[in-house]
Amino acid sequence: MAAIEWIRFLIGALLLLSGLAIFAIEMVGVFRFKYVLNRMHAAAMGDTLGIGFSLVGLIVMNGLNFTSLKLFFVIVFLWFSSPTSSHLIARLEVTTDEEPKKHYRRMTIDEVEKEMAARNENETEEMGEE
Amino acid sequence: MSRKIPEEQYKKTRSYRLKQWLEGSKDPYLDQIEMKPQKDFKENKAQKEQRKAEKDRLFARIYDVEHNAEMRIFRKIYRIFSVLFCIFLVLMLLSAVSYLPTIGHAENPANNEVAARYIENGLQETGAVNIVTGMILDYRAFDTLGESHVLFIATCTVLILLRIDGKKGKNAVDVPMENDRTHEPKNDVILQTVAKILVPPIVIFGIYVILGGHLGPGGGFSGGAIIGAGLILYLNAFGFEKTERFFRASTYKKLSFTALACYSLSKCYSFYTGANHIESVIPLGTPGAILSSGLILVLNICVGVVVAGTMYTFYVMFRKGGY
Repeated sequence: MAAIEWIRFLIGALLLLSGLAIFAIEMVGVFRFKYVLNRMHAAAMGDTLGIGFSLVGLIVMNGLNFTSLKLFFVIVFLWFSSPTSSHLIARLEVTTDEEPKKHYRRMTIDEVEKEMAARNENETEEMGEE
Repeated sequence: MSRKIPEEQYKKTRSYRLKQWLEGSKDPYLDQIEMKPQKDFKENKAQKEQRKAEKDRLFARIYDVEHNAEMRIFRKIYRIFSVLFCIFLVLMLLSAVSYLPTIGHAENPANNEVAARYIENGLQETGAVNIVTGMILDYRAFDTLGESHVLFIATCTVLILLRIDGKKGKNAVDVPMENDRTHEPKNDVILQTVAKILVPPIVIFGIYVILGGHLGPGGGFSGGAIIGAGLILYLNAFGFEKTERFFRASTYKKLSFTALACYSLSKCYSFYTGANHIESVIPLGTPGAILSSGLILVLNICVGVVVAGTMYTFYVMFRKGGY
Protein backbone atom coordinates (compact mmCIF):
# COMPACT_ATOMS: atom_id res chain seq x y z
CA MET A 1 0.00 0.00 0.00
CA ALA A 2 2.85 2.35 0.77
CA ALA A 3 4.02 2.13 -2.84
CA ILE A 4 0.60 3.20 -4.14
CA GLU A 5 0.58 6.11 -1.69
CA TRP A 6 4.00 7.21 -2.91
CA ILE A 7 2.97 6.94 -6.56
CA ARG A 8 -0.14 8.97 -5.86
CA PHE A 9 1.88 11.63 -4.06
CA LEU A 10 4.40 11.77 -6.90
CA ILE A 11 1.71 12.14 -9.58
CA GLY A 12 -0.02 14.84 -7.53
CA ALA A 13 3.22 16.71 -6.93
CA LEU A 14 4.11 16.49 -10.62
CA LEU A 15 0.71 17.92 -11.62
CA LEU A 16 0.99 20.70 -9.05
CA LEU A 17 4.50 21.58 -10.24
CA SER A 18 3.41 21.69 -13.88
CA GLY A 19 0.52 23.94 -12.86
CA LEU A 20 2.97 26.24 -11.11
CA ALA A 21 5.24 26.22 -14.17
CA ILE A 22 2.30 27.28 -16.34
CA PHE A 23 1.55 30.08 -13.89
CA ALA A 24 5.18 31.21 -14.13
CA ILE A 25 4.97 31.26 -17.94
CA GLU A 26 1.74 33.21 -17.64
CA MET A 27 3.39 35.85 -15.46
CA VAL A 28 6.28 36.23 -17.92
CA GLY A 29 3.80 36.64 -20.76
CA VAL A 30 1.72 39.19 -18.89
CA PHE A 31 4.76 41.36 -18.26
CA ARG A 32 6.52 40.89 -21.63
CA PHE A 33 3.75 41.25 -24.19
CA LYS A 34 3.07 44.72 -25.49
CA TYR A 35 -0.57 44.55 -26.59
CA VAL A 36 -3.51 43.89 -24.33
CA LEU A 37 -5.00 41.01 -26.33
CA ASN A 38 -1.65 39.21 -26.35
CA ARG A 39 -1.34 39.73 -22.59
CA MET A 40 -4.85 38.43 -22.11
CA HIS A 41 -4.02 35.33 -24.09
CA ALA A 42 -1.16 34.64 -21.67
CA ALA A 43 -3.31 35.33 -18.62
CA ALA A 44 -6.17 33.13 -19.82
CA MET A 45 -3.76 30.21 -20.19
CA GLY A 46 -2.96 30.35 -16.47
CA ASP A 47 -6.62 30.78 -15.53
CA THR A 48 -7.68 27.62 -17.31
CA LEU A 49 -4.80 25.19 -17.81
CA GLY A 50 -2.69 26.22 -14.80
CA ILE A 51 -5.55 26.15 -12.32
CA GLY A 52 -6.82 22.92 -13.90
CA PHE A 53 -3.47 21.18 -13.43
CA SER A 54 -3.10 22.46 -9.86
CA LEU A 55 -6.59 21.36 -8.80
CA VAL A 56 -6.30 17.96 -10.50
CA GLY A 57 -3.02 17.52 -8.60
CA LEU A 58 -4.82 18.36 -5.36
CA ILE A 59 -7.59 15.88 -6.22
CA VAL A 60 -5.04 13.12 -6.86
CA MET A 61 -3.28 13.88 -3.59
CA ASN A 62 -6.56 14.01 -1.68
CA GLY A 63 -8.08 10.80 -3.00
CA LEU A 64 -11.72 10.28 -3.91
CA ASN A 65 -14.07 11.81 -1.37
CA PHE A 66 -16.49 14.71 -0.98
CA THR A 67 -13.72 17.34 -0.92
CA SER A 68 -12.35 16.19 -4.28
CA LEU A 69 -15.87 16.37 -5.72
CA LYS A 70 -16.03 20.00 -4.54
CA LEU A 71 -12.62 20.66 -6.14
CA PHE A 72 -13.91 19.13 -9.38
CA PHE A 73 -16.87 21.49 -9.30
CA VAL A 74 -14.47 24.40 -8.75
CA ILE A 75 -12.61 23.35 -11.94
CA VAL A 76 -15.89 23.16 -13.87
CA PHE A 77 -16.96 26.58 -12.61
CA LEU A 78 -13.62 28.19 -13.45
CA TRP A 79 -13.52 26.65 -16.92
CA PHE A 80 -16.96 28.09 -17.61
CA SER A 81 -16.45 31.54 -16.14
CA SER A 82 -12.85 32.48 -16.87
CA PRO A 83 -12.96 32.13 -20.71
CA THR A 84 -16.29 33.95 -20.74
CA SER A 85 -14.92 36.93 -18.84
CA SER A 86 -11.82 36.98 -21.08
CA HIS A 87 -14.11 36.95 -24.10
CA LEU A 88 -16.07 39.92 -22.76
CA ILE A 89 -12.93 41.93 -22.00
CA ALA A 90 -11.50 41.15 -25.44
CA ARG A 91 -14.73 42.24 -27.05
CA LEU A 92 -14.68 45.50 -25.13
CA GLU A 93 -11.06 46.09 -26.16
CA VAL A 94 -11.87 45.46 -29.83
CA THR A 95 -14.87 47.78 -29.81
CA THR A 96 -13.11 50.62 -27.99
CA ASP A 97 -9.66 50.39 -29.60
CA GLU A 98 -8.53 53.80 -30.84
CA GLU A 99 -5.86 52.57 -33.27
CA PRO A 100 -7.09 49.21 -34.52
CA LYS A 101 -4.92 49.28 -37.66
CA LYS A 102 -1.78 49.44 -35.54
CA HIS A 103 -2.69 46.35 -33.56
CA TYR A 104 -4.49 43.87 -35.79
CA ARG A 105 -6.07 43.31 -39.21
CA ARG A 106 -9.63 42.40 -39.95
CA MET A 107 -9.73 39.52 -42.43
CA THR A 108 -12.37 37.30 -43.92
CA ILE A 109 -11.79 33.55 -44.01
CA ASP A 110 -11.17 33.65 -47.79
CA GLU A 111 -8.36 36.18 -47.33
CA VAL A 112 -6.80 34.04 -44.60
CA GLU A 113 -6.92 30.95 -46.81
CA LYS A 114 -5.38 32.86 -49.75
CA GLU A 115 -2.57 34.14 -47.56
CA MET A 116 -1.91 30.71 -46.10
CA ALA A 117 -1.78 29.18 -49.59
CA ALA A 118 0.71 31.84 -50.73
CA ARG A 119 2.86 31.21 -47.67
CA ASN A 120 2.83 27.44 -48.26
CA GLU A 121 3.91 27.96 -51.87
CA ASN A 122 6.82 30.12 -50.76
CA GLU A 123 7.92 27.50 -48.28
CA THR A 124 7.78 24.68 -50.83
CA GLU A 125 9.80 26.79 -53.27
CA GLU A 126 12.45 27.40 -50.64
CA MET A 127 12.53 23.68 -49.85
CA GLY A 128 12.97 22.94 -53.55
CA GLU A 129 15.85 25.38 -53.85
CA GLU A 130 17.64 23.74 -51.01
CA MET B 1 35.24 57.45 -14.13
CA SER B 2 36.06 54.08 -12.72
CA ARG B 3 33.94 52.31 -15.31
CA LYS B 4 35.73 50.03 -17.74
CA ILE B 5 33.30 50.59 -20.64
CA PRO B 6 32.48 54.00 -22.13
CA GLU B 7 29.36 55.90 -21.12
CA GLU B 8 27.36 55.28 -24.29
CA GLN B 9 27.97 51.55 -24.22
CA TYR B 10 27.01 51.46 -20.55
CA LYS B 11 23.63 53.04 -21.30
CA LYS B 12 22.71 50.07 -23.47
CA THR B 13 23.33 47.44 -20.78
CA ARG B 14 20.72 45.77 -18.61
CA SER B 15 22.20 47.06 -15.38
CA TYR B 16 21.69 50.69 -16.47
CA ARG B 17 18.04 49.97 -17.27
CA LEU B 18 17.63 48.22 -13.91
CA LYS B 19 19.18 51.22 -12.18
CA GLN B 20 16.82 53.56 -14.01
CA TRP B 21 13.87 51.42 -13.01
CA LEU B 22 14.99 51.28 -9.38
CA GLU B 23 15.47 55.03 -9.21
CA GLY B 24 12.14 55.61 -10.95
CA SER B 25 13.65 57.97 -13.50
CA LYS B 26 12.10 56.04 -16.41
CA ASP B 27 8.94 54.00 -16.55
CA PRO B 28 9.66 50.89 -18.65
CA TYR B 29 6.00 50.47 -19.59
CA LEU B 30 5.52 54.02 -20.83
CA ASP B 31 4.93 54.13 -24.61
CA GLN B 32 5.25 50.35 -24.67
CA ILE B 33 1.69 49.35 -23.80
CA GLU B 34 -1.62 51.15 -24.28
CA MET B 35 -1.03 53.27 -21.18
CA LYS B 36 -1.05 56.94 -22.05
CA PRO B 37 1.48 59.26 -20.38
CA GLN B 38 -0.01 61.76 -17.99
CA LYS B 39 0.01 65.30 -19.29
CA ASP B 40 0.98 68.25 -17.14
CA PHE B 41 -1.80 70.68 -16.41
CA LYS B 42 -1.06 73.86 -18.31
CA GLU B 43 -3.14 76.98 -18.81
CA ASN B 44 -2.29 80.35 -20.25
CA LYS B 45 -2.76 83.65 -18.50
CA ALA B 46 -6.18 84.47 -19.94
CA GLN B 47 -7.60 81.11 -18.90
CA LYS B 48 -6.15 81.51 -15.43
CA GLU B 49 -7.70 84.95 -14.94
CA GLN B 50 -11.02 83.80 -16.26
CA ARG B 51 -11.02 80.91 -13.82
CA LYS B 52 -10.18 83.25 -10.95
CA ALA B 53 -12.89 85.72 -11.92
CA GLU B 54 -15.47 82.96 -12.15
CA LYS B 55 -14.50 81.68 -8.73
CA ASP B 56 -14.74 85.19 -7.22
CA ARG B 57 -18.15 85.77 -8.79
CA LEU B 58 -19.38 82.44 -7.46
CA PHE B 59 -18.17 83.20 -3.95
CA ALA B 60 -19.65 86.70 -4.08
CA ARG B 61 -22.99 85.27 -5.12
CA ILE B 62 -23.01 82.55 -2.47
CA TYR B 63 -21.66 84.43 0.54
CA ASP B 64 -22.22 88.10 -0.38
CA VAL B 65 -19.86 89.26 2.35
CA GLU B 66 -20.02 92.96 1.49
CA HIS B 67 -23.77 93.36 1.96
CA ASN B 68 -24.42 90.75 4.59
CA ALA B 69 -22.98 91.79 7.96
CA GLU B 70 -24.28 88.67 9.67
CA MET B 71 -22.42 86.44 7.25
CA ARG B 72 -19.20 88.47 7.72
CA ILE B 73 -19.29 88.10 11.49
CA PHE B 74 -20.28 84.45 11.25
CA ARG B 75 -17.34 83.63 8.99
CA LYS B 76 -14.86 85.27 11.36
CA ILE B 77 -16.27 83.52 14.42
CA TYR B 78 -16.47 80.26 12.48
CA ARG B 79 -12.74 80.34 11.75
CA ILE B 80 -11.79 81.05 15.36
CA PHE B 81 -14.11 78.41 16.77
CA SER B 82 -13.06 75.76 14.26
CA VAL B 83 -9.43 76.12 15.35
CA LEU B 84 -10.41 76.06 19.04
CA PHE B 85 -12.63 73.02 18.55
CA CYS B 86 -9.86 71.15 16.73
CA ILE B 87 -7.41 71.85 19.55
CA PHE B 88 -9.98 70.73 22.13
CA LEU B 89 -10.67 67.52 20.21
CA VAL B 90 -6.98 66.71 19.78
CA LEU B 91 -6.29 67.28 23.49
CA MET B 92 -9.26 65.16 24.54
CA LEU B 93 -8.25 62.25 22.29
CA LEU B 94 -4.61 62.46 23.39
CA SER B 95 -5.59 62.37 27.04
CA ALA B 96 -7.83 59.37 26.34
CA VAL B 97 -4.95 57.61 24.59
CA SER B 98 -2.72 58.21 27.60
CA TYR B 99 -5.16 56.25 29.79
CA LEU B 100 -5.17 53.18 27.50
CA PRO B 101 -3.78 50.01 29.08
CA THR B 102 -0.37 48.84 27.94
CA ILE B 103 -0.29 46.43 25.03
CA GLY B 104 -0.03 42.77 25.96
CA HIS B 105 -0.49 43.22 29.69
CA ALA B 106 -2.02 40.17 31.35
CA GLU B 107 -4.60 42.14 33.33
CA ASN B 108 -6.04 44.01 30.37
CA PRO B 109 -9.83 44.13 30.09
CA ALA B 110 -9.62 42.08 26.87
CA ASN B 111 -8.37 39.03 28.75
CA ASN B 112 -11.55 38.01 30.48
CA GLU B 113 -13.73 34.95 30.83
CA VAL B 114 -15.95 35.72 27.78
CA ALA B 115 -13.81 33.97 25.16
CA ALA B 116 -13.48 30.84 27.28
CA ARG B 117 -17.23 30.75 27.82
CA TYR B 118 -17.94 31.06 24.08
CA ILE B 119 -15.74 28.09 23.35
CA GLU B 120 -16.78 25.90 26.27
CA ASN B 121 -20.52 26.54 26.50
CA GLY B 122 -21.25 27.84 22.99
CA LEU B 123 -22.57 24.58 21.54
CA GLN B 124 -24.68 23.86 24.58
CA GLU B 125 -26.24 27.31 24.87
CA THR B 126 -26.80 28.25 21.23
CA GLY B 127 -27.09 24.84 19.58
CA ALA B 128 -24.87 25.93 16.67
CA VAL B 129 -21.98 23.67 15.67
CA ASN B 130 -20.22 26.65 14.07
CA ILE B 131 -19.06 28.71 17.06
CA VAL B 132 -18.63 31.88 15.00
CA THR B 133 -22.26 31.80 13.86
CA GLY B 134 -23.40 31.10 17.39
CA MET B 135 -21.41 34.13 18.50
CA ILE B 136 -22.53 36.66 15.89
CA LEU B 137 -26.18 35.60 15.70
CA ASP B 138 -26.87 34.65 19.29
CA TYR B 139 -24.58 36.26 21.85
CA ARG B 140 -23.97 39.32 19.70
CA ALA B 141 -27.16 39.34 17.62
CA PHE B 142 -27.73 43.00 18.43
CA ASP B 143 -24.50 43.86 16.63
CA THR B 144 -25.56 41.88 13.54
CA LEU B 145 -28.95 43.58 13.61
CA GLY B 146 -27.11 46.89 13.40
CA GLU B 147 -25.04 45.60 10.49
CA SER B 148 -28.15 44.59 8.55
CA HIS B 149 -29.63 48.01 9.16
CA VAL B 150 -26.39 49.64 8.00
CA LEU B 151 -26.81 47.80 4.69
CA PHE B 152 -30.41 48.93 4.47
CA ILE B 153 -29.52 52.55 5.23
CA ALA B 154 -26.70 52.44 2.65
CA THR B 155 -29.19 51.27 0.03
CA CYS B 156 -31.58 54.05 1.00
CA THR B 157 -28.78 56.60 0.60
CA VAL B 158 -27.81 55.24 -2.79
CA LEU B 159 -31.48 55.33 -3.81
CA ILE B 160 -31.71 58.98 -2.73
CA LEU B 161 -28.52 59.98 -4.54
CA LEU B 162 -28.71 57.97 -7.76
CA ARG B 163 -32.36 57.31 -8.45
CA ILE B 164 -33.77 58.83 -11.60
CA ASP B 165 -37.47 59.51 -11.40
CA GLY B 166 -39.50 58.32 -14.32
CA LYS B 167 -42.47 60.53 -13.57
CA LYS B 168 -43.31 63.55 -15.68
CA GLY B 169 -43.38 66.94 -14.04
CA LYS B 170 -41.71 70.29 -13.69
CA ASN B 171 -38.41 68.86 -12.42
CA ALA B 172 -38.42 65.70 -14.52
CA VAL B 173 -35.05 64.84 -16.02
CA ASP B 174 -35.02 63.78 -19.65
CA VAL B 175 -33.29 60.41 -19.65
CA PRO B 176 -32.53 58.62 -22.91
CA MET B 177 -33.42 55.11 -21.83
CA GLU B 178 -32.50 53.56 -25.17
CA ASN B 179 -28.82 54.48 -24.78
CA ASP B 180 -28.49 52.32 -21.71
CA ARG B 181 -27.91 49.03 -23.46
CA THR B 182 -25.98 50.07 -26.56
CA HIS B 183 -22.52 50.44 -25.04
CA GLU B 184 -22.11 46.96 -23.65
CA PRO B 185 -21.96 43.38 -24.86
CA LYS B 186 -25.65 42.99 -25.37
CA ASN B 187 -27.14 39.71 -26.49
CA ASP B 188 -23.74 38.07 -26.36
CA VAL B 189 -24.38 34.43 -27.23
CA ILE B 190 -21.42 33.10 -25.24
CA LEU B 191 -22.34 35.05 -22.11
CA GLN B 192 -25.99 34.08 -22.39
CA THR B 193 -25.24 30.39 -22.78
CA VAL B 194 -22.82 30.40 -19.85
CA ALA B 195 -25.27 32.37 -17.71
CA LYS B 196 -28.03 29.88 -18.49
CA ILE B 197 -25.80 27.08 -17.21
CA LEU B 198 -24.17 28.89 -14.28
CA VAL B 199 -26.87 31.06 -12.68
CA PRO B 200 -29.03 28.23 -11.21
CA PRO B 201 -26.06 26.46 -9.51
CA ILE B 202 -24.81 29.81 -8.16
CA VAL B 203 -28.17 30.65 -6.59
CA ILE B 204 -28.59 27.12 -5.23
CA PHE B 205 -25.08 27.26 -3.75
CA GLY B 206 -25.93 30.59 -2.12
CA ILE B 207 -29.05 29.06 -0.55
CA TYR B 208 -26.94 26.12 0.65
CA VAL B 209 -24.41 28.49 2.25
CA ILE B 210 -27.20 30.41 4.00
CA LEU B 211 -28.98 27.31 5.28
CA GLY B 212 -25.75 25.66 6.43
CA GLY B 213 -24.56 28.72 8.34
CA HIS B 214 -24.95 27.15 11.78
CA LEU B 215 -23.43 23.81 10.72
CA GLY B 216 -20.25 24.94 8.98
CA PRO B 217 -18.55 27.85 7.31
CA GLY B 218 -21.07 30.20 5.76
CA GLY B 219 -23.98 32.26 6.87
CA GLY B 220 -26.22 35.06 5.77
CA PHE B 221 -23.62 37.56 4.63
CA SER B 222 -21.59 35.24 2.38
CA GLY B 223 -24.60 33.37 1.02
CA GLY B 224 -26.45 36.60 0.29
CA ALA B 225 -23.40 37.93 -1.55
CA ILE B 226 -23.30 34.75 -3.69
CA ILE B 227 -27.00 35.03 -4.57
CA GLY B 228 -26.54 38.73 -5.39
CA ALA B 229 -23.63 37.87 -7.71
CA GLY B 230 -25.80 35.29 -9.49
CA LEU B 231 -28.54 37.87 -10.01
CA ILE B 232 -26.03 40.41 -11.34
CA LEU B 233 -24.68 37.81 -13.80
CA TYR B 234 -28.22 37.07 -15.01
CA LEU B 235 -28.87 40.79 -15.41
CA ASN B 236 -25.67 41.29 -17.42
CA ALA B 237 -26.49 38.43 -19.76
CA PHE B 238 -30.16 39.06 -20.43
CA GLY B 239 -30.79 42.72 -19.65
CA PHE B 240 -33.34 44.48 -17.54
CA GLU B 241 -36.41 43.22 -19.35
CA LYS B 242 -35.96 39.70 -18.01
CA THR B 243 -34.98 40.58 -14.44
CA GLU B 244 -37.71 43.17 -14.00
CA ARG B 245 -40.26 40.41 -14.36
CA PHE B 246 -39.35 39.12 -10.92
CA PHE B 247 -37.22 41.75 -9.18
CA ARG B 248 -38.28 45.39 -9.08
CA ALA B 249 -37.74 48.16 -6.56
CA SER B 250 -41.06 47.31 -4.90
CA THR B 251 -39.95 43.68 -4.55
CA TYR B 252 -36.74 44.81 -2.87
CA LYS B 253 -38.64 47.09 -0.50
CA LYS B 254 -41.03 44.32 0.51
CA LEU B 255 -38.30 41.72 0.90
CA SER B 256 -35.92 43.82 2.96
CA PHE B 257 -38.69 45.26 5.11
CA THR B 258 -40.03 41.79 5.86
CA ALA B 259 -36.58 40.43 6.60
CA LEU B 260 -35.53 43.31 8.85
CA ALA B 261 -38.87 43.32 10.69
CA CYS B 262 -38.67 39.55 11.18
CA TYR B 263 -35.12 39.87 12.52
CA SER B 264 -36.01 42.73 14.86
CA LEU B 265 -39.19 41.17 16.22
CA SER B 266 -37.79 37.68 16.75
CA LYS B 267 -34.68 39.07 18.40
CA CYS B 268 -36.71 41.54 20.47
CA TYR B 269 -38.36 38.53 22.08
CA SER B 270 -34.95 37.22 23.10
CA PHE B 271 -33.81 40.63 24.34
CA TYR B 272 -37.06 41.11 26.25
CA THR B 273 -36.51 37.90 28.15
CA GLY B 274 -33.10 39.21 29.16
CA ALA B 275 -31.03 37.68 26.34
CA ASN B 276 -29.91 35.35 29.03
CA HIS B 277 -31.03 31.98 27.66
CA ILE B 278 -33.87 31.64 30.07
CA GLU B 279 -36.40 28.96 29.12
CA SER B 280 -38.15 30.04 25.93
CA VAL B 281 -40.66 28.48 23.56
CA ILE B 282 -38.05 28.20 20.80
CA PRO B 283 -36.40 24.75 20.98
CA LEU B 284 -32.68 24.42 20.31
CA GLY B 285 -32.96 21.01 18.65
CA THR B 286 -30.16 18.52 18.16
CA PRO B 287 -26.85 20.13 17.19
CA GLY B 288 -25.90 19.17 13.64
CA ALA B 289 -29.41 18.95 12.20
CA ILE B 290 -30.56 21.62 9.74
CA LEU B 291 -33.56 22.60 11.83
CA SER B 292 -31.66 23.30 15.02
CA SER B 293 -30.10 26.06 17.09
CA GLY B 294 -33.26 28.03 17.65
CA LEU B 295 -33.44 31.42 16.00
CA ILE B 296 -30.08 31.30 14.22
CA LEU B 297 -31.44 29.71 11.02
CA VAL B 298 -34.25 32.28 10.75
CA LEU B 299 -31.85 35.16 11.37
CA ASN B 300 -29.43 33.79 8.76
CA ILE B 301 -32.20 33.69 6.15
CA CYS B 302 -33.20 37.28 7.01
CA VAL B 303 -29.62 38.54 6.72
CA GLY B 304 -29.13 36.65 3.45
CA VAL B 305 -32.25 38.18 1.89
CA VAL B 306 -31.16 41.69 2.90
CA VAL B 307 -27.59 41.24 1.61
CA ALA B 308 -28.66 39.73 -1.74
CA GLY B 309 -31.16 42.51 -2.36
CA THR B 310 -28.65 45.17 -1.35
CA MET B 311 -25.96 43.91 -3.72
CA TYR B 312 -28.34 43.70 -6.64
CA THR B 313 -29.85 47.12 -5.89
CA PHE B 314 -26.41 48.76 -5.66
CA TYR B 315 -25.46 47.35 -9.04
CA VAL B 316 -28.71 48.44 -10.66
CA MET B 317 -28.49 51.92 -9.16
CA PHE B 318 -24.97 52.53 -10.41
CA ARG B 319 -25.80 51.01 -13.83
CA LYS B 320 -29.06 52.60 -14.67
CA GLY B 321 -30.38 54.65 -11.77
CA GLY B 322 -33.70 52.98 -11.09
CA TYR B 323 -35.63 49.85 -11.85
